[in-house]
Amino acid sequence: MNRILTKKELNPTVTLMEIEAPLVARKAEPGQFIIIRSHSDAERIPLTIADFDREKGSVTIIFQIIGAGTMRLNSLNEGENVAGFAGPLGRATKTEGIKKAAVVGGGVGCAIAYPVTKKLYEQGTEVHAIAGFRSKDLVILENEFRTHSSGFFAVSDDGSWGEKGLVTDTLKKLIESGEKYDEVITIGPLIMMKFVCALTKQYGIKTIASMNPIMIDGTGMCGCCRLTVGGQTRFACVDGPEFDGHEIDFDEAMSRSRMYSAFEKRAREETCNLLKMGNGGNA
Amino acid sequence: MAAREPKKHEMPTQKPEVRAHNFEEVALGYTAELAEAEAQRCLNCKNKPCVSGCPVNIDIPEFIAHLKNKDIEGAYEVISKTSSLPAVCGRVCPQESQCEHECTIAVKLGLEPVGIGRLERFTADWHRNNKKTAPVKPEPNGHKVAIIGSGPSGLTCAGDLARLGYSVTIYEALHTAGGVLVYGIPEFRLPKSIVAAEVETLKQLGVDIVTDVVIGRTLTIDDLFEQGFEAVFIGSGAGLPNFMGIPGESLCGVYSANEFLTRSNLMKAYLDDSNTPIMKGGKVAVVGGGNVAMDSARTALRLGAEKVYIVYRRSMEELPARKEEVEHAVEEGIELMLLCNPVEILGYKNEKDPRDPKNGFVRAIRCIKMELGEPDEKGRRRPVEIPGSEFELDVDTVIMAIGTSPNPQIKDTTDGLEVNKRGGIIVNEEGLTSRENVYAGGDAVTGAATVISAMGAGKTAAKAIHETLAD
Repeated sequence: MNRILTKKELNPTVTLMEIEAPLVARKAEPGQFIIIRSHSDAERIPLTIADFDREKGSVTIIFQIIGAGTMRLNSLNEGENVAGFAGPLGRATKTEGIKKAAVVGGGVGCAIAYPVTKKLYEQGTEVHAIAGFRSKDLVILENEFRTHSSGFFAVSDDGSWGEKGLVTDTLKKLIESGEKYDEVITIGPLIMMKFVCALTKQYGIKTIASMNPIMIDGTGMCGCCRLTVGGQTRFACVDGPEFDGHEIDFDEAMSRSRMYSAFEKRAREETCNLLKMGNGGNA
Repeated sequence: MAAREPKKHEMPTQKPEVRAHNFEEVALGYTAELAEAEAQRCLNCKNKPCVSGCPVNIDIPEFIAHLKNKDIEGAYEVISKTSSLPAVCGRVCPQESQCEHECTIAVKLGLEPVGIGRLERFTADWHRNNKKTAPVKPEPNGHKVAIIGSGPSGLTCAGDLARLGYSVTIYEALHTAGGVLVYGIPEFRLPKSIVAAEVETLKQLGVDIVTDVVIGRTLTIDDLFEQGFEAVFIGSGAGLPNFMGIPGESLCGVYSANEFLTRSNLMKAYLDDSNTPIMKGGKVAVVGGGNVAMDSARTALRLGAEKVYIVYRRSMEELPARKEEVEHAVEEGIELMLLCNPVEILGYKNEKDPRDPKNGFVRAIRCIKMELGEPDEKGRRRPVEIPGSEFELDVDTVIMAIGTSPNPQIKDTTDGLEVNKRGGIIVNEEGLTSRENVYAGGDAVTGAATVISAMGAGKTAAKAIHETLAD
């Protein structure tokens, strides 16, 4: 049974859930993901692991309420069980030997940028965390970032929080001011990661991007999550989810991510109506 | 004695024009009268060549003899001695190249063989619908075995060991047991209620099925030994889908057959009120000629496609799909484009409007015509491109059904587990891998093959595990 131990609203559209999953917690590492099913007939949602507690046997996930599936997941409360929780899947972030790093997170991607930042910081890497949000009311994990990094840089689109601008502006400034990163790790919207990677390529800084394509099984069977990396077809679920950012075909990934937008819009509206009726989306 | 009927008794089926628009089972199965009449065609010959044609060696003349005497439950008992999944095999086995291929009335008398598959299906269905008695749980023998994967090889291995008194746990990566029987083979060919009933029988025998556990990730094989399992059987299945490596395979609307079928079957996109998105309607090209290609094409048709093509690079003679599936597909209106190979998938690109929602979606597939040249190392004539014969086929969806490559997750986390060049796990004739007490079978060893060959491998491994642990 996978019980919801804690549920917290981080902002109006982002929820944190700590879920009882002792087997997953035992093996989990930053960078890996899980597949969650809220109800027995629900979709399989891949979510990157935000935190884990091996002793308590729990795994924390943070998700944006964005479509029908995450809406139904968000309809569950503390003490209830999710129908399924499988993982940890994919490969862990490689952090060995990195002396100095910048982690660049955007939006809900910061939920995944945080455990990587924390791991680097705790292993003694000098790590700069750059977190970008559209505006102040969407900010998550600010204190966690501040206490687990060697330098924290807040950025917002509208200037309501930290510096006004884009994460790439801040990263560029840091690089130009003489910060010498061994590696940049970026997690967030595809468009943001694309521009982070384009920037670091100019400076020849190795960059890892954490990809979150559409998945179904997540275990290496269906091939839905394929990406083109260095001209080769790679599967995010077993080969990733992290890849060399300078090799990823981001335009293709962005196009593929829109494959079901029309369906998803419709499903979101229908689920929204069902949830208003108060039956947990069990059609 | 009356002259022997020269042909198999036809099995009633839904009419093609009707079934092309529903997901109900295509073939409806024999009635008791038809089954008895078909059973009478069996000679009950002494040397039983059909039995050696069966990968799990069902005593075929023996079960048919019971059917002749109207003893259907007796027939079921004979089959279930050696097969854990008779209702499945009666539906999906390629009998024409196995048991029925050896049938004496075909080989010696030149008649159509006895409809062994149809009789097996009838027997299993009759038992399921009429006998509600649970199988008797055997005395535990104190030994623990772990099975990875709940597909045909895993279920068979588990069933055989459970009947011998082993404590068996199956670990399944997905949320539903059944493997390819659930995610791959569509409802109209193998109703999921039948798979669920077979799985239920195993549970009644005491088999524990744990879903949502990915071996190689959640637990490793070494973890399983630490937990006290004495042997492990790997039946993890085919793995990652292959793509052709041609331009355009990442366009929206290009699926692997695994993805397309998983969306429809496991994730229930075929139901009207499903939460699972899938491309429906339009024109569809399926690339490949195996059973998976047929399943994909027929699923696309039932989801509402206006036209479905199967694009296969060799000729009808080499088409690897089960004969009945090809016939059914053609009857339903699917067009076989033989001696034809894709070279590129073309997408929409509206230069004037980057926000055109069709941008990035498939608009056509470019193919080249082929001819058969010299035989290759397997004796199959190699298809060769005919220069200058390219043509475009307007389609909205392309489904690649060209096989799979093994999933590396178990190999990468199991020291000393040897695999071949293609990534398939290496086993000896007993199914034993390079690791002590670790056995493997099915597609994880052979690459994509049939349900029954996977079952045969599960059976072989169960026997070997028993011989090793029972000492």
